[in-house]
Amino acid sequence: MTDRGLILACSAIGAGLALIAGIGPGVGQGIAAGHGASAVGRNPGARGTIMSTMLLGQAVAETTGLYGFVVALILLYANPLIGKL
Amino acid sequence: MGNGSSLLLSGIGGQGLVQNEVTFGVNGFLRYRFLGQEVWLTTTHICMFIVMLVLIVFALIANRVIRKADPEKAPGPFLNVIELLVETVDNLTKTNMGEKHGLKFSNYIGTIFAFILLANISGLFGLRPPTADYGVTLGLALITFVLIHYNGFKHQKMAHITNLFKPALLTPINIIGEIATPLSMSLRLFGNVVSGTVMMGLIYGLLGKIALIWPSVLHAYFDLFSGAIQTYVFSLLTMVFISNNFEE
Repeated sequence: MTDRGLILACSAIGAGLALIAGIGPGVGQGIAAGHGASAVGRNPGARGTIMSTMLLGQAVAETTGLYGFVVALILLYANPLIGKL
Repeated sequence: MGNGSSLLLSGIGGQGLVQNEVTFGVNGFLRYRFLGQEVWLTTTHICMFIVMLVLIVFALIANRVIRKADPEKAPGPFLNVIELLVETVDNLTKTNMGEKHGLKFSNYIGTIFAFILLANISGLFGLRPPTADYGVTLGLALITFVLIHYNGFKHQKMAHITNLFKPALLTPINIIGEIATPLSMSLRLFGNVVSGTVMMGLIYGLLGKIALIWPSVLHAYFDLFSGAIQTYVFSLLTMVFISNNFEE
């Protein structure tokens, strides 16, 4: 196996591993959605405010997952390690 | 720079297993030299130009309609829509930034809202969303960064700097937090839009002839729903970060 092949193979594995970061935002968004649903159940009048607060919180919680996604993209398409050969 | 000016996602072509070509990267069309640098005219520029053209034409028509409007008669349907949009943006800034300062920012918030929304949903019309290029989102986030600190100095004077050292132990964390704000905002928008683009590109590239009508459901989710939510989040975070500096 050439050096380049080794780097490419390991980068592909690393990109897959980076997407494990998707677990956290999934759990976090689920918790936020659950609490949002119970808040709407308790106070249906404040539905609009609760919805926008929940969506904002979920979008912020999503960021860490997206960092993993960006790392995977960099490993696949703009690999910095190949330049080090 | 060259074709790698796209930073990410350049020069992706399906090889081997894939029969159809998987294309979701930024393509360079025209190479030219600018100030001794090699620069490319890419899909991002063209799609962004189309989005800007749509916005400018809309603004010109709206300007004409507003100027010709007769204040004594009931407004026509187009004028009604414009009034609704302006009132929505005004209410958004007023509720999030307070009655006192809110209206001053409704121009900026309305502009980035319209631009990001149109850029995100341009994937529906076969364009590659301009916001799926990190250069665009970083630019937008840097404008917000400058606005945050301009307003910080304007409203708090030197306390804006000394607040960084308030708990002396937390100084490095405060400084990193300030720098991380534009980075996380731009990466959030970029990651969301580019993930939708990558998935649609994979579906069209890998499934080819099977992907006939049903991907429209995915378009509705990735382009419309996700794009609208991210637009809202970007402008809401801009408003929140700017208005954090208002009260001393």
